[in-house]
Amino acid sequence: MNAAGFPILSLITWLPLVGGLIIMSVRGDEATVASNARWTALWTSLIVLVLSVVLWVKFDTGEAGFQFVEEIPWLPEYSVGYKLGVDGISVLFVLLSTLLTPICILASWDSITRSVREYMLTFLILETMMVGMFCALDFVVFYVFFEGVLIPMFLIIGVWGGPRRVYSAFKFFLFTLTGSVLMLLALLAMWFQAGTTDIVVLLKTPMPPGMQNWLFLAFLASFAVKVPMWPVHTWLPDAHVEAPTAGSVILAGVLLKMGAYGFLRFSVPMLPQASAHFAPLMFTLSVVAVIYTSLVALAQEDMKKLIAYSSVAHMGVVTIGIFTFNVQGIQGALFQMLSHGIVSGALFLVVGVVYDRIHTREIARYGGLADRMPLYALTFMLFTLASTGLPGTSGFVGEFLVIVGSLQVNFWLALLGAMGMILGIAYMLYLYRRVVFGRLTKEDLRAILDLSPREIAVFAPLVVLTLWMGIYPSSFTTFWDASVAAMVQQHTAAVTQAVKVAGVLH
Amino acid sequence: MNWAIALPEIVLSVVAMAILIFGVLRRDDTFFLASMFALGGFLLAALLVVAGARGIGYHGQFVSDAFSAFVKVLVLAGAALSLILSLDYNRKNHIARFEFPVLMVLSVTGMMVMASASNMMTLYLGLELQSLALYVLAAFARDDLRSSEAGLKYFVLGALASGLLLYGISLVYGFSGTMDFASLAMALSRPESASPGLIVGVVFVLVGLAFKISAVPFHMWTPDVYEGSPTPVTVFFSTAPKVAAFALLLRTMATPFGHLLIAWQQLIVLVSIASMILGALAAIGQTNIKRLMAYSSIGHMGYALIGLAVGTPEGIRGVLIYLVVYVFMSAGTFACIIAMQRRGRALEQITDLSGLARTDPALALALAVFMFSMAGIPPLSGFFGKLYVFLAAVQTGMWALAIIGVLTSVAGAYYYLRIVKVMYFDAPEAPFDPRPASLSFVAAATALFTAFFFIFPAPFVGAAQAAAKVLFG
Repeated sequence: MNAAGFPILSLITWLPLVGGLIIMSVRGDEATVASNARWTALWTSLIVLVLSVVLWVKFDTGEAGFQFVEEIPWLPEYSVGYKLGVDGISVLFVLLSTLLTPICILASWDSITRSVREYMLTFLILETMMVGMFCALDFVVFYVFFEGVLIPMFLIIGVWGGPRRVYSAFKFFLFTLTGSVLMLLALLAMWFQAGTTDIVVLLKTPMPPGMQNWLFLAFLASFAVKVPMWPVHTWLPDAHVEAPTAGSVILAGVLLKMGAYGFLRFSVPMLPQASAHFAPLMFTLSVVAVIYTSLVALAQEDMKKLIAYSSVAHMGVVTIGIFTFNVQGIQGALFQMLSHGIVSGALFLVVGVVYDRIHTREIARYGGLADRMPLYALTFMLFTLASTGLPGTSGFVGEFLVIVGSLQVNFWLALLGAMGMILGIAYMLYLYRRVVFGRLTKEDLRAILDLSPREIAVFAPLVVLTLWMGIYPSSFTTFWDASVAAMVQQHTAAVTQAVKVAGVLH
Repeated sequence: MNWAIALPEIVLSVVAMAILIFGVLRRDDTFFLASMFALGGFLLAALLVVAGARGIGYHGQFVSDAFSAFVKVLVLAGAALSLILSLDYNRKNHIARFEFPVLMVLSVTGMMVMASASNMMTLYLGLELQSLALYVLAAFARDDLRSSEAGLKYFVLGALASGLLLYGISLVYGFSGTMDFASLAMALSRPESASPGLIVGVVFVLVGLAFKISAVPFHMWTPDVYEGSPTPVTVFFSTAPKVAAFALLLRTMATPFGHLLIAWQQLIVLVSIASMILGALAAIGQTNIKRLMAYSSIGHMGYALIGLAVGTPEGIRGVLIYLVVYVFMSAGTFACIIAMQRRGRALEQITDLSGLARTDPALALALAVFMFSMAGIPPLSGFFGKLYVFLAAVQTGMWALAIIGVLTSVAGAYYYLRIVKVMYFDAPEAPFDPRPASLSFVAAATALFTAFFFIFPAPFVGAAQAAAKVLFG
């Protein structure tokens, strides 16, 4: 049943919780507990990473359907099962989650000093929820993981966050919950309609066109908040600014992808007519997001806030790509998601490095760091350029494909979407100049230290991946070639069939 | 005559009398022993319910079926948890008298009769037996002004509700000529021929029962009684009687008045929406955690009522699952509230929980689990409670109810999160007194149930399914 010969997805999903149990059972004084918690969390997440690399190696890229499928009956009378599996679209996001978790744990090694055990425990729970969400092949299971993410993230922002953490944590939680509960109703409606919550079956069950529009709007409520799309993006800058560095990394790296993943997994394939119907709306919202939030980013004084707004703009490009419904657009969206997960995560880590030293994120408090931190300046530059989409870095491939895809839809869409790249160069280079270049005038910056070996270990995998994705993108795109082609084909077939039916009726 | 179907009730009555005699004869400290006897009685009754005979007896006045068994076990579980929570609290607050378990057992007997009622007379008998015992329990801390006030308030309003109920029953009897549920169902099988007087009677019955489950607009007594009663009594109020009254409401609406669905459905929908909205909004401004829980329970009853408003077996199934989940969440939350003590004084303000995560991480974790669960966040049990009622609402196309339900659950999430925020985000205060083992036991058991319900929901769902099917013949 399974290429790996053992339930690898369950193992990847639940192993972090086992690590969490070990952390909970540690006894002793504060320092021992903290050190044990750090090491246990790191080792657990590394083992999970190794397992997911096995997944990556054993994954059959020629197969468009779901692989490594596992199924256990859960509520058999209602056709709800614990079902996991990955296809080309989800497998790399599983890897992204399992890669970012150890990096986050390593990045929080010294910067988290309070309640270390609880912090590590929360992160491992978060990893379980993220991986489970990307693996879920049952709608109820998906929803449980999708919502379950809220609890650890709420605690991470609220307990270990900055001065306005309470406001931000509440805003994050209530915004996301409002969207999600509407999706829950759509889920129930589809459950009732199809008689099952098995995603594989639902993908093949056509929904009545009248119902599709409502379902699409309900999904939109949930995924648009998660992505986040303009105008429901306002929780993101707050949450990013207040969250601890590692929290921002996970938020930008994985949590934002959940919304876009939701569009790809549910909205587009399950509701093809409604997706086509609402595509202009999605394009409008995305273009507004790209241009408006890029301009907002230009005006930011806080480094994290700037990167947060840039995330909204980049995710706008992703949503444009998804709703072009062609192979280039969707591939570009997927690539952009992956690239953004790594690059924006890395940028938050970059901010975290100086924040740990100077304890401020105000751009004006920095300047001339290249003088004392050459290695840091180099790393920062790489990710800045990757974020602006420089050819040779991961950021380029995604944006390029999306623009190619959107050109097939509408010239103006492509033009306006590409504006984001230009504005992106403006605000990112402006940020880089103010922080890294210039004269070193601030007294406390004179004694600042360059990257420590631990920090180099944090950045090294991200640097390698950013370049690898930029220079040889095929090693990633092969994963979703088959799945995306199948999805586009199915979408076109469904839409043309609907048009034919409408033609017959008229 | 098939008297054995009432065996659990008979056993419990005998136990109550035995404890009473035992307590009178033994002059010294008898509270603990009496409580243990009562717990033993609950356990025995639960076993008898599960293994006991099914059928209808006492000239059609009393029925024992899958539905009554489900409800009875749940009532007994709620009562047992409340009694365990009272062991330490009553001693510390000088109300450790043997009458406490006796009243509890009598009240539970009444609830079990309610669950098995298949005749309006049995219904009223059971309801009054439980209510009279509850009035006394509310005022059990007789030297405490607030407790006496709570008892009196509950008694006056409860008596009014009983009056309304009785009036409704007499109208129903007057216009249909029977009090038996089966005959009523037969007589009303053609709803268009039902006389207006009968409908008025049904509405009065509904109002009387809505009062007992504290649904809006008959909820006024709840915050005061919750706040004033000794906390273990509040636990009891929020679990067993709610289940029993709800069971009664389900059975009366589904069996004798099932054909009148169109007549009472609108009413239930309105009551449900009003309860959800009030429960979500009124709780936001509360500072006393017991009052907050009172409003929270009003909201929860609103969600459970969605299942009844739908009027299908799936809806009833949803209600029953909701009640199971609710009893354990509620008992667990109150276990944490009882643990809020400093230097022997019970605390009730939400701010007293400040920084609990650092002074007592285990208690904070348990309470956080309950709060997230009440807010309906998966994978905790509260989510599954809501899932099944919303599923039933969506299946019958009652979208307004479902949408209002999910939106109020977001509003409600705010105040549950506020408690988590106080515990986890705020600066710590002085630690609470060490917890007695009984409290830790209840808190841990219910927290585990709430957190891990998602692994084995099937048996509960299956039992609820079987129970719901019975009501629809």
